[in-house]
Amino acid sequence: MAQGGTDMLRILITAFALITTPLMAQETVVVDLSQNRVEITATYSGSNIFVFGAVKRESPLPEGAGPIDVAIVIEGPLETVTVRKKEKRLGIWVNTESVEVHEAPSFFTIATTRPLEDMLNEGDRRDYAIGLDFAVRPQGPTEENIESFAQAVARIRKDDGLYSERESIVNLTEDILFEADISLPANLVEGDYNVRVYLIRDKNIVSDTTVGITVRKAGLEVWLYDLSRNSPLIYGLLSLLVALVAGYSASEIFRRLKH
Amino acid sequence: MQIYLPIAEVSVNMFVILGLGGMVGMLSGIFGVGGGFLMTPILIMIGIPPAVAVATEANQIVASSFSGVLAHFKRKTVDIKMGLILMLGGLAGATLGVQIFKYLKSIGQVELLVTLSYVIFLGLVGGMMFVESLNAIRRAGKPGARPRKKKHNWIHGLPFKTRFRTSGLYISVIPPIVVGVAVGILAAIMGVGGGFIMVPAMIYMLGMPTKVVVGTSLFQIIFVTAYTTLSHATQNFTVDAILALLLILGGVIGAQIGTRIGVKLKAEQLRILLAGMVLIMCGKLALDLLLMPSELFSIGTGGH
Repeated sequence: MAQGGTDMLRILITAFALITTPLMAQETVVVDLSQNRVEITATYSGSNIFVFGAVKRESPLPEGAGPIDVAIVIEGPLETVTVRKKEKRLGIWVNTESVEVHEAPSFFTIATTRPLEDMLNEGDRRDYAIGLDFAVRPQGPTEENIESFAQAVARIRKDDGLYSERESIVNLTEDILFEADISLPANLVEGDYNVRVYLIRDKNIVSDTTVGITVRKAGLEVWLYDLSRNSPLIYGLLSLLVALVAGYSASEIFRRLKH
Repeated sequence: MQIYLPIAEVSVNMFVILGLGGMVGMLSGIFGVGGGFLMTPILIMIGIPPAVAVATEANQIVASSFSGVLAHFKRKTVDIKMGLILMLGGLAGATLGVQIFKYLKSIGQVELLVTLSYVIFLGLVGGMMFVESLNAIRRAGKPGARPRKKKHNWIHGLPFKTRFRTSGLYISVIPPIVVGVAVGILAAIMGVGGGFIMVPAMIYMLGMPTKVVVGTSLFQIIFVTAYTTLSHATQNFTVDAILALLLILGGVIGAQIGTRIGVKLKAEQLRILLAGMVLIMCGKLALDLLLMPSELFSIGTGGH
């Protein structure tokens, strides 16, 4: 829904940028990933995604063009979360206010060639959600305090290692090739992740592209999760059975050890 | 070694969980309590979502109390009739408890309820045990310590009296049912078996002989926590099978070791140690409520 609008906006902005800066040769960014699929198995403890790509130029670079920069955003599925705020009531801290924050990505990391503020203008950072300040995009009528709740999401998830900014970890070679090794944490949730890559010159976005990563539970994890949702009664009974068998075996084993 | 928990959706160190299970199991073996009141808050502290911690801990208690009750059956220290009556109350209480839990989860107050219940009950039980065992130790120094005489109080005036042969009691079924309901509610919302409340209630309110108290308490705890586990699994989808398995493995081994340590310690020393532990946990949780948290905001899942 909103995605289509953003895409259109993006095309317009790119077109506008191309028309107004005739000096600039047309450059496009091409990118690939070491893997398009992350499987969360029982022993999953985080993984690394190697993002690499190149800048394709239709014509040679004109004189006086500034150096290029690259920003890579990996973003988890957008979700709606309820954010609660604690206040002191009757001497104890309790949840009082709560706000539903829409469009909060479950995971957000940004890797860049340089500190973000130095390489891209604030308008683009906001419009394209590049940077932690703009990771959570509250939608609808912007109430006065929703901003503080949205910021809280970013802050809490940053502490949990789910949101991060990694400056200067994208290696750029000869203004053509770039690569970055981006680690994903262990507390990842399932879903379709996007890797957005932006080519930036003179604080403006020159080209961008998006590739997807699928994050799925696998093996025992997916079996247990599905069972718990689809046949909760069987799942519950199985859990009890395991408990009873374990309890019985423990007392038997130790009884025999004693003799 | 890291392991990803499918329901909690967090990755934890397997040995940390096994170790925690073992340690709490050992303490529960030494003191004859389920250990849920220690384990649930610890699980929440290491980052397991509270709803998952409560439901999964109930599943673990099924295992540890089943393991424990088998030994009591061999020694014939289980009052089955009393256990069944407590259980009836317990199931009713647990049903109510899961509903309360579900409602409070939806309005974001479940954390407050769980913490408050802990502070109040750990404080009461810990405080009472502490005072009692201090007195016992002081009395033990003097010769001619008087044995407690059987009290005849209002409880004996209630109707529906029945005979509990194993306990040697002739009392109304109302007090056991009330105790059962209360402990059932707590079991569901606190993720505990409720032994730490059930045991004192059986001794002081129902007047049961100490030797059948632990076995009977364990007996009914199995049913109530099994029921709680099923309710949480089917209504809140919060039982994490892998977390439960790790806790159970650590717990049953720890409990067996603990039981052997327990017999070597004196009863008063045991009780004062347990009281101290209960009070420390209570104090920690009370501070969480009283001190300003470093992060005022929290994220709950929502939008459904």
